[in-house]
Amino acid sequence: MFYREAGDFKTSYKSDSQTFPIAFDRYRYSAVMAFAYCVIPFIINDYWASAILLPFLIYSIAAIGLNILVGYCGQVSLGSGGFMAVGAFACYKLMTAFPDVSIIIHVILAGGITAVVGAAFGLPSLRIKGFYLAVATLAAQFFLVWLFNKVSWFYNYSASGQINAPERFVGGYAVTGPNADAWAKYLVCLVFVTVCALISRNLTRGTIGRSWMAIRDMDIAAEIIGVNPLKAKLTAFAVSSFFIGISGALFFAVYLGAVEVGEAFGIQKSFLLLFMIIIGGLGSIFGSFAGAGLLVVLPVALKVVGVDFLGWPTDLVAHLQLVVVGALIMFFLVKEPHGLAQYWRLAKEKLRLWPFPH
Amino acid sequence: MKMNKLAAMAVTATMVAAPVMADLVIPDLSYRTGAYAAGGTPVSDGYQDYFNLLNARDGGIGGEAVRILECETGYSTEKGVECYEATKGEGALIYQPLSTGITYQLIPKAMADGIPIHTMGYGRTSAADGSVFPWVFNYPANYWDAASVIVNYLLDENGGSLDGKTLALVYHNSAYGKEPIRTLEALSEMHGFELTTLAVDHPGQEQKSQWLQIRRERPDYVMMWGWGVMNQVAIQEAANINFPMENFIGNWWAGAEHDVMPAGAAANGYKSLNMNRVSKDLPVLAEIKSAVHDAGNAAGDGSNIGSVLYIRGMYAAMLAAEAIGKAQEIHGVADVTSVMVRDGMEALEITDARMEELGMAGVGPAFSVSCENHGGPGLGIVQQWNASTETWVALTDFIAPDDSVTLPLIVEDAAAYAAENNITPGCN
Repeated sequence: MFYREAGDFKTSYKSDSQTFPIAFDRYRYSAVMAFAYCVIPFIINDYWASAILLPFLIYSIAAIGLNILVGYCGQVSLGSGGFMAVGAFACYKLMTAFPDVSIIIHVILAGGITAVVGAAFGLPSLRIKGFYLAVATLAAQFFLVWLFNKVSWFYNYSASGQINAPERFVGGYAVTGPNADAWAKYLVCLVFVTVCALISRNLTRGTIGRSWMAIRDMDIAAEIIGVNPLKAKLTAFAVSSFFIGISGALFFAVYLGAVEVGEAFGIQKSFLLLFMIIIGGLGSIFGSFAGAGLLVVLPVALKVVGVDFLGWPTDLVAHLQLVVVGALIMFFLVKEPHGLAQYWRLAKEKLRLWPFPH
Repeated sequence: MKMNKLAAMAVTATMVAAPVMADLVIPDLSYRTGAYAAGGTPVSDGYQDYFNLLNARDGGIGGEAVRILECETGYSTEKGVECYEATKGEGALIYQPLSTGITYQLIPKAMADGIPIHTMGYGRTSAADGSVFPWVFNYPANYWDAASVIVNYLLDENGGSLDGKTLALVYHNSAYGKEPIRTLEALSEMHGFELTTLAVDHPGQEQKSQWLQIRRERPDYVMMWGWGVMNQVAIQEAANINFPMENFIGNWWAGAEHDVMPAGAAANGYKSLNMNRVSKDLPVLAEIKSAVHDAGNAAGDGSNIGSVLYIRGMYAAMLAAEAIGKAQEIHGVADVTSVMVRDGMEALEITDARMEELGMAGVGPAFSVSCENHGGPGLGIVQQWNASTETWVALTDFIAPDDSVTLPLIVEDAAAYAAENNITPGCN
């Protein structure tokens, strides 16, 4: 009944190959966008912004980035926390060095710097694969965190090693710093998420995305049919790091406002992002959102239910959260390696036949 | 034990009690999980138990009951921010996050929201300058005081001169651990000792290479700025390389029972600073035992009562309660707001007589707060672990820091913060 193609005629190649070929999907997508842009900014408060929406949006960008590398190109990376740190510190250095330039430009430039760093650390991927590559990217993670701790130029020689985002404005409204309104921070992140998702969606179904997927599925065969592995792998690292860098910059500047590299961008951040795409669905843009959403909302939801409604001790709920996330990862790895995105696909198939399944 | 809790909770969950409506909201950003839980749990227990005692004994503060909102941060700044946002709307009066990272995060937010932060012996040291940081307090002592107190103690030990000695600093590689370095560098120049700094990364379980370096270089003294599991590992490693324990001095976050117990007899003689005197015989502890624990309201499992960090958490709660009392006195209302509490904190005066009246005679020094000085006197004692009796023995009375070193650094750092954030320093 829902999601039917019947009666939805395509008269051009363009409309046939659009992102949402089914009319119902397009309406749903427009409704979500309209709600996100026109309703949420008016009802958002500090708690919703800081606890759920900002982390969701920012982690979504990072998950999309990591999904391009791991899900689309098949290069396992454990360095995403380090690359987020590159984005954050690049943004901080730019913000403090050029205070008159718009923060939007700084965030994009921070993404660009991270892309360069990511491509450099992607070089070993031309020689090594699988677990060995994972270990090589792990080295990137530790090296980058060590670097930002060790070289005080990166944090402008502050005594504590912390970086603090100064107040910056977009169109006259503060988006960083303590006086920024929730809606302004939310909208900035939302715009970045929308643009990043559009770019990545179109990249992954174009030539470059197909060459990534060819490398992922079988690199030797891909090379034989004419895919250049050097180009495919390095572009995957660069594009992935670009998005992760943007998310790192937003994470620092807009969301937290002050970070300490070891604490905010440690190895646990790399794992968190990896869990997001595993649970959400490897090789799916929707999966990146679903995974980020689940892992951001789950702890908050558990806390609200466990502590606020049931009155359980806070430590018990915190431990329970670890148990639940661990169980979820095992469940998805065993039962549905394609993650929530696959369930979404199945649900759509089912809804299409509903109420008359075969 | 957890299973008992679970069972008990299953019962309580079925009969959700009617929420207690109270007006003085005190958030407790605690951490009872993760690598720092060993330190976070007793502090939080002491903090909550004291407020529960006030509720049970005096009906709260000035007749207004206290409502504690506990929120688990796991020592993570992200969760700390979430906890802050979740609790501030409830009318939070004062935040004590017990984490330097979260403190840095909250300072600008709390300044914008008008809620005072009290970071007792941690946090941003330059917040001692109240003309720049009107909403942040770090009395009775801060890290730079701690660094200076250790050096003053060592000067005393060495007949007034540390010339040519080597001091190593083993520190948690975070804002917390890096805080004292600037002061120690200034002191090393002043007293002619050589300073080596050795960073230990979060969470601090891996310290082999640092202690190998200490074994090679044999510094005369090792100081430690550690927290959580890092302390236990460091003390064990020091024992492994046979470093003389009496030359190993931790700061006040590296000197609790659980830090030294795992090393057993090998930890005997380990020294640390403390900003609160420890005694199991304080009258207030007996009151907590009878009015809170025996009534079944203990925070946590009640096993931490009387430990170093429990008393520190209780001391922090007492300072908050006194500040709220002061605010009620200044403004003449019992139902105070966070803005009034700030006034109370700035006018706070703790006397020995008042401490005795509260049943915690001598736990902390007598001091008073003013707008110019949010940092208190900065006193600390040196205590030593006796492994056979499993007690901390105070070796000294409160030692004063060298204000001539710390004060210019505070003024300099606060001025830099003011310039960076367009704050006009001033007291009114």
